[in-house]
Amino acid sequence: MKQFETVIGLEVHVELATKTKIFCSCSTEFGGEPNSHTCPVCTGMPGSLPVLNKQVVEYAIAVGLATNCTITQNCKFDRKNYFYPDNPQNYQISQLYLPICRDGSVEIETEDGGRKNIGIHEIHMEEDAGKLVHDEWGENSLVDFNRSGVPLIEIVSEPDMRSADEVVAYLEKLRLIIQYLGASDCKLQEGSMRADVNLSVREAGASEFGTRTEMKNLNSFKAIRRAIEGERERQIDLIESGQKIIQETRRWDDAKEYSYAMRSKEDAQDYRYFPEPDLVPIIISDEWLDEIRSRQPELRTEKLERYKREFNIPEYDAGIITSNKKLADIFEETTAICNNPKKVSNWLMVETMRLLKEHEMEPEQITFSPENLAKLIQLTEDRAVNSSVAKEVFEKIFEEDIDPEKYVEEHGLKAVSDDGALRSTIEKVIADNPQSVEDYKGGKKKAIGFLVGQTMKAMQGKADPAMVNKILAELLQ
Amino acid sequence: MSLMNLTAVELGKKIKAGEVSVEEAAKEALAAAAKKEKAVNSFVTIDEEKVLAQAKEVQRGIDAGKYTGPLAGVPAAVKDNMCTEGMLTTCSSKILGNFVPTYTCEAVLNLERAGAVIIGKTNMDEFAMGSTTETSAFGATKNPWNTEHVPGGSSGGSCAAVAAEECSYALGSDTGGSIRQPSSFCGVTGMKPTYGTVSRYGLIAYGSSLDQIGPVAKDVTDCAVILEAIASHDKKDSTSIERKDCDFSTALVDDVWGMKIGIPRDYFGEGLDPEVRDAVMAAAKELEKKGAVIEEFDLSLVEYAIPAYYVIACAEASSNLARFDGVKYGYRTDGFAGLHNMYKKTRSEGFGAEVKRRIMLGSFVLSSGYYDAYYLKALRTKALIKQAFDKAFEKYDVILGPAAPTTAPRIGDSLSDPIKMYLGDIYTISVNLAGLPGISLPCGRDSGGLPIGVQLIGNCFGEKEIIRAAYAFEQTREYEHSPLA
Repeated sequence: MKQFETVIGLEVHVELATKTKIFCSCSTEFGGEPNSHTCPVCTGMPGSLPVLNKQVVEYAIAVGLATNCTITQNCKFDRKNYFYPDNPQNYQISQLYLPICRDGSVEIETEDGGRKNIGIHEIHMEEDAGKLVHDEWGENSLVDFNRSGVPLIEIVSEPDMRSADEVVAYLEKLRLIIQYLGASDCKLQEGSMRADVNLSVREAGASEFGTRTEMKNLNSFKAIRRAIEGERERQIDLIESGQKIIQETRRWDDAKEYSYAMRSKEDAQDYRYFPEPDLVPIIISDEWLDEIRSRQPELRTEKLERYKREFNIPEYDAGIITSNKKLADIFEETTAICNNPKKVSNWLMVETMRLLKEHEMEPEQITFSPENLAKLIQLTEDRAVNSSVAKEVFEKIFEEDIDPEKYVEEHGLKAVSDDGALRSTIEKVIADNPQSVEDYKGGKKKAIGFLVGQTMKAMQGKADPAMVNKILAELLQ
Repeated sequence: MSLMNLTAVELGKKIKAGEVSVEEAAKEALAAAAKKEKAVNSFVTIDEEKVLAQAKEVQRGIDAGKYTGPLAGVPAAVKDNMCTEGMLTTCSSKILGNFVPTYTCEAVLNLERAGAVIIGKTNMDEFAMGSTTETSAFGATKNPWNTEHVPGGSSGGSCAAVAAEECSYALGSDTGGSIRQPSSFCGVTGMKPTYGTVSRYGLIAYGSSLDQIGPVAKDVTDCAVILEAIASHDKKDSTSIERKDCDFSTALVDDVWGMKIGIPRDYFGEGLDPEVRDAVMAAAKELEKKGAVIEEFDLSLVEYAIPAYYVIACAEASSNLARFDGVKYGYRTDGFAGLHNMYKKTRSEGFGAEVKRRIMLGSFVLSSGYYDAYYLKALRTKALIKQAFDKAFEKYDVILGPAAPTTAPRIGDSLSDPIKMYLGDIYTISVNLAGLPGISLPCGRDSGGLPIGVQLIGNCFGEKEIIRAAYAFEQTREYEHSPLA
């Protein structure tokens, strides 16, 4: 049987985190009333003119620098001409001839633990389109231009990936870099990061690439994985049955786990690109570039080193925490308050991860404040709550960001360390469970566990288990 | 004598002195238009009520000391490709026949800040594509000197309105000669500033890299004063330039002693009407008499300007006009089956023949496989033309030549032969390609009585040089009012 190799390149669109649009001063805020964030420029009114948002250029440069690109210091915008109602001017201002960044790379870890460089062909800046709303009852479609003019960068990779794992590793790496730069929140589900997959297969060892297809509508890492597997199989089936692959754009339907042809290369539109005459060339001086370079925040590799050095937490923990900007931010902010990096790391590594998984959430969706986590850590340090109560309180913090001090107080969860009350409860437990006492005295040391449990139950969980053990052992002597 | 016989600055003085009220001036303009529009058809829209309300408002502003400039209270007309809030802005096209903008063009706002009263919107070639004002969807404008003839274009409405004295002055736009050529045909003075001097915000684009708004008036003084009012650095237009030398009226001096004026031999070759040639050469002689140094030279590349211009302007236009699709505003076809058919029918019905011709030409030169051969080559030609001018301006302060090869053709003669019409732009379009300032002013009339214009071209930012030369020449002759004035 023939062996096939998959060749994959990605086009990743990232929505930049600017407050205003790329060519006008309208807000980029998500979810306003339809057409409430619009003006003559982003609705393509006659006579309106674009003015470039400088922050877009700075974000694009920052991403380019962090992905080892060469910055095009004399770059330009071009018009991409095509008719569609979500595109108010019927052209999109993008970059074709002189994209802002070129020839970069990011390093990923492969499944076997090795390292591999994925080349970046170019990064260019462009504007997003509006949104079509199909009127379910009428015959019309309506257009909402709130998204029109929201700034995007498109990161075009080289065809360097060979598996879904590599694709996901590359996307995760890109996302991490961009989140660290603060250039975007990169949410796949909400569309602030979108990936189109260009895929071809070839017989293992072949030097030529096969014919590729482009797949769109991939809204999650899972969908991307399934789409890659599905498309790989579809192409291999075609080749093995002696058919040709058609170069085309396909739309992935994740529910049906199949892709459908949208348009072939033959119907590909001629976009009639030409330099945008309404914008002047962007001249990026060495000084400007140096200034942006000097402002680059600490990226993950540097942060990881610093964590190991400064906080003395296990490498594994530091790796997980720095793998997400939000987690790293919470870690640093909480540690700054309570000065207990090990405990903070523990809460993030164990309970936070468990709850994220349970709620099917991404770390970006965490809402609790470092202040409340720090307070909780302080409570446990002071032995004011025992660990099981602390876990219960943390769930509340995770869900509603409650103040743990108040919560413990109001719900009477404070650990009972009062020796007298505890001692009399334990005496009662001993009196009520003669069998267990006998077992214990007869050498079945495990029987003490049952007695501890009974005591905790009687104390409604508020006792410190260490203390219970200690008193029990003492009374049973 | 009508107040409309006066220049804008003369009328402004009377208003300032309180001899004439703003309302009186506006009423005279409206009355003149009411009387002459049937013959000349300069305007697409006149909103009398609005004009009178604005006149009252401006008068209050003058009385309160808000408007103190030379144009305060003077009635002006604006070409119908400049957006005016709440007032129809059609580009003389069916596709924008019902379009009322939500904002006002920056240049018009600047005029209003100077206290102008906007009488109405002037007729033009549809989307400024044409040299005769015959491609307007609202009928051709006639030349006030002889209504059998065209006024030129595309700012034919603005130039005819000034020549017919339906307003004191007007704004036009010039992409390939659209202010200078009709000014020449109508016997008025029109000026195209250096690219970037006047904001294009709110000017409905034809060829974005070539379009510039400029004044049309009875004389050079008015033009200098109007340009002073409309020039501004506008952050809303990325191609707008910050200039510190916009005090153009300081150049209104009758002194050209020692000024070096170059006459390109290339502008006096085949196709130039001998009567035009003689009148233009006579104008050069007048300047020589005043002490200017006149010299003939070879500019070169002139024959490449027209093809380069039509490639670049049409390419930009094909994209600029894509937004007129029946989706958001303007004309939409009545019956259609689906989106694609709606686009097709709307645009087929909404645009006139010349506009369609240029959209097709522009789409072709940008299409894959032709881009390098046409568009890139045209851009390179544009750069070479700029270099040729740079070289000339190392030697000369001003370049002098005709504004057009002939006087105004008869109505109907040009539309049948578009290539001939395109060739008529030969002396004006290189100025747009090089981004230079140019002015056209009357220098005589042909045997049929039609006006002839002389064009003065300056280096980048050299408005003051051409204003000075034009002003000096203007002092040698009297302003001739058109028969319709």
